[in-house]
Amino acid sequence: MRKQVTEADVRHVAALARLGLDAARIPALARELDAILDHMTVLSRVKTEDVQPVTGVGAGGTPLRADDGEQYPLAGDRAAFAPAMRDGFFLVPRLASHGGSAGAGGPATGAAPADEPRAPGGGTS
Amino acid sequence: MSPTPLLGRTAAALAEAVAAGVLPAGDVVRASLDRARAVGAGPEWLNAVLWTDADAALEEAARLDAAPGADLPRPLAGVPVVVKDNIATHRLPTTCGSRMLEGYVSPYEATAVARLRAAGAVLVGKGNMDEFAMGSSTEHSAYGATRNPIDPARVPGGSSGGSAAAVAAGVVPIALGSETGGSVRQPAAFCGVVGIKPTYGRVSRHGLVAYASSLDQIGVLAATVDDAALALEVIAGRDPLDATSADHPVPRLRPVDAPDGDAARPLAALSVGVPREYFPPSLEPRMRARLDRAVDHLRELGATVRDVSLPHTALAVPTYYVLAPAEASSNLARFDGVRYGRRIAGDGVQATYERTRSQGFGPEVTRRILLGTYVLSAGYHEAYYRKAQEVRALIALDFANVFADVDVLFTPTTPTLAFPLGAVSDPYEMYLSDVFTATANLAGVPAMSVPVGRVDGLPVGGQLIAPYFGEPVMLRVAAALERALGEEAHR
Repeated sequence: MRKQVTEADVRHVAALARLGLDAARIPALARELDAILDHMTVLSRVKTEDVQPVTGVGAGGTPLRADDGEQYPLAGDRAAFAPAMRDGFFLVPRLASHGGSAGAGGPATGAAPADEPRAPGGGTS
Repeated sequence: MSPTPLLGRTAAALAEAVAAGVLPAGDVVRASLDRARAVGAGPEWLNAVLWTDADAALEEAARLDAAPGADLPRPLAGVPVVVKDNIATHRLPTTCGSRMLEGYVSPYEATAVARLRAAGAVLVGKGNMDEFAMGSSTEHSAYGATRNPIDPARVPGGSSGGSAAAVAAGVVPIALGSETGGSVRQPAAFCGVVGIKPTYGRVSRHGLVAYASSLDQIGVLAATVDDAALALEVIAGRDPLDATSADHPVPRLRPVDAPDGDAARPLAALSVGVPREYFPPSLEPRMRARLDRAVDHLRELGATVRDVSLPHTALAVPTYYVLAPAEASSNLARFDGVRYGRRIAGDGVQATYERTRSQGFGPEVTRRILLGTYVLSAGYHEAYYRKAQEVRALIALDFANVFADVDVLFTPTTPTLAFPLGAVSDPYEMYLSDVFTATANLAGVPAMSVPVGRVDGLPVGGQLIAPYFGEPVMLRVAAALERALGEEAHR
């Protein structure tokens, strides 16, 4: 008998998947996942004792290659793809500080589609 | 009606004329841009093309015209193409139809796109798609649904719906799409065009944004079988930038219509299997009649038609919807507000991840990430993920067994006709759109959809499936069928 998907299950896998869900959506998501997984129970009735599971396509598996070769051909200079650069390094927003003031690198506005990178000399990490 | 050709020519004929210097590439690209405006290919109506840069496309055409390069093989000289929005291009955005990657421009180009350009093709736009290729209707795009050019009140299929619609509307003769469970063949069927999913490994995935890496493959959409073969020939082959691209020689795929000996019975040496599991009693009788008529044509073309069985077919959808979301939950972990695209800052790292991902992903992507995380989580891995991997082996074995007896298979591509926009709201009902296509992805074999007629004006797709690297025989059968059907395929 399959265990029903609960709201606690949804909260658990959302945390594992780093998805912040609106509390109001969780009951519906639990019902949807449960309904979908109900269709998967057919798999449990298939006899597979003598079957080797496949993780990909083809008998040879994924071929290995030497860890060398050309760099990816970038379409332009690295600086063209960076929000900002200093001394040859990309400048990106700070995610967390080491001093315990988590979130110091970015205001929690939530509305902006992307934070602007800090200016050189500012709180970059 | 089949798609109206640009300047009255197929892609192959356009390229030949451009390469010979008798037709300027600029004229071809302008004709494509004019057609796009005339049919409303952008957000104003069909919403098939998300991003375009007319000036850049015309500049590219001008470069080709300035250096005709008669000594270079340019099999797609001047041919305008649309590329699905999950395939990296360096001059146009690559958003995967998601707010998560809004405005993102890749620093490198996909190998398939680079090969198209090297062959002289000109990129005129990026095709709309279900977000991160998760969908079968192109209604799950963050930039709005795409309409089907055959009936704009209906879906074009998905997830490569924008690419299929652009070909069906005659904007381009060739487009790139991508497949994980049927995302080229199903929209090809709904829009009345040709769509190929090559053998896994036949085409480099370098630059294709990963959804489910063991299943993903770039495919082509085209107005004719010959144009589809031309595009596949250009993009196929080993690529050191993709370890899963096959070190397997690319045979000549054209001309697709060269008969062996008997011109009236060009398929005389071949056997075609018709698997009974793909023709359930629930299949709409008029769709069934169109498919039966196509089988009659195959018989008249000389093929030996045989009833065959692939007994694990019904397990493909549950297997696929365990494995693909599981792989997606891992692949899409990279979209976290730090490395790519959208970033919505929160109070600390975890909060930034969670806010970015919850606001950047749409409902279907969220659902599949949760589903994939669930089936991989402790306590459920064996029951779902490992079990699905075992059943995947059985599905692949079905194909190995049947291809010991027949050269190709013929089936419906889809269980239904194109449905009205908004008509399917239950997630699993939408997943069942893949019931006849996901099998080939799970086994890794090549498959394609060709138009075989219409019901109530809506296209019906017939599917051909071949053994590993069997694209030549698959295309040969498709071309013979296309020729035998003629305009019957589009009415």
